[in-house]
Amino acid sequence: MKNKILPFLVIIIFGIIFFIFYKGLEDSKIYTPDVNTKKDIPVFNTKEFFSGENVNSSSIFELDKVYLLNIWSSWCVPCRQEHPLLMNLNLEDNLNIIGMNYKDNLKNAESFLKELGNPYKQIFIDLDGTIAIEWGAYGVPESFLIYNNEIIKKYIGPLNQELVDEINLFIK
Amino acid sequence: MKFFKFFLIVIILLPLSSVNSEGNDKRNEITKNLRCLICQGQSVYDSDSEFANSLKIVVDKKLQEGLSEDQIYEYFKTKYGEWILYDPGLNKNTYILWLLPILIFLIGGAIIFKSFIVKK
Repeated sequence: MKNKILPFLVIIIFGIIFFIFYKGLEDSKIYTPDVNTKKDIPVFNTKEFFSGENVNSSSIFELDKVYLLNIWSSWCVPCRQEHPLLMNLNLEDNLNIIGMNYKDNLKNAESFLKELGNPYKQIFIDLDGTIAIEWGAYGVPESFLIYNNEIIKKYIGPLNQELVDEINLFIK
Repeated sequence: MKFFKFFLIVIILLPLSSVNSEGNDKRNEITKNLRCLICQGQSVYDSDSEFANSLKIVVDKKLQEGLSEDQIYEYFKTKYGEWILYDPGLNKNTYILWLLPILIFLIGGAIIFKSFIVKK
């Protein structure tokens, strides 16, 4: 009797192991960021883009206002794509678009804004990419919808019309 | 006199270089355990991407602030999730990974015990 249980047990255990590994194959091997969890915005010191003055993040983001933080750079091609959408979003009164200039040459960034327009209420600089890490970002462009000092949603990659509609829905 | 000056400079610089390398050692050790999120299959230490370079700066800053290795891992975990760590902790997604070797060891041990020791 005992000898019959043992092979049976071994088969079951191997079956379970096989199932677990098989399930593991289906998991994504690419980093998939958590975009929907609400998180408090980080506190950091930075410099204002045009004036070069030191600013603290608490003076940028106020309570009870909706912000869209957009990480951009003049060397980033998808940023060019999404820029007209940001210009449109800027027409909304309830939304304040804040720019974070990521690892950029300031002259190039200025001519980028001259060429395509400036949708940002305020821009601050992230010269070495460390502020982007504070935000949990890992590339450009990335946008964060912020309300009451909380990140409501994270948009990885360039914005498209569908996402803009979603943002419009939130601010109305 | 020249020799003495040279000797003095070497004496002053020696401990400095070792202090610096100690900081770098720690940084390298930590960045080897962090996954570069935009370059799959590479650690932050191995990668030269924009993201990895910024991450190295952040690790340096955190070390200077006096954070321990575990605190730095915890910091990155809150920012990017468990995925950024190469050495995952015990949680609901990884408990099988941790418990399976122990389970196999126990079952194997039981089989050996039964078939060899009990038979005798």
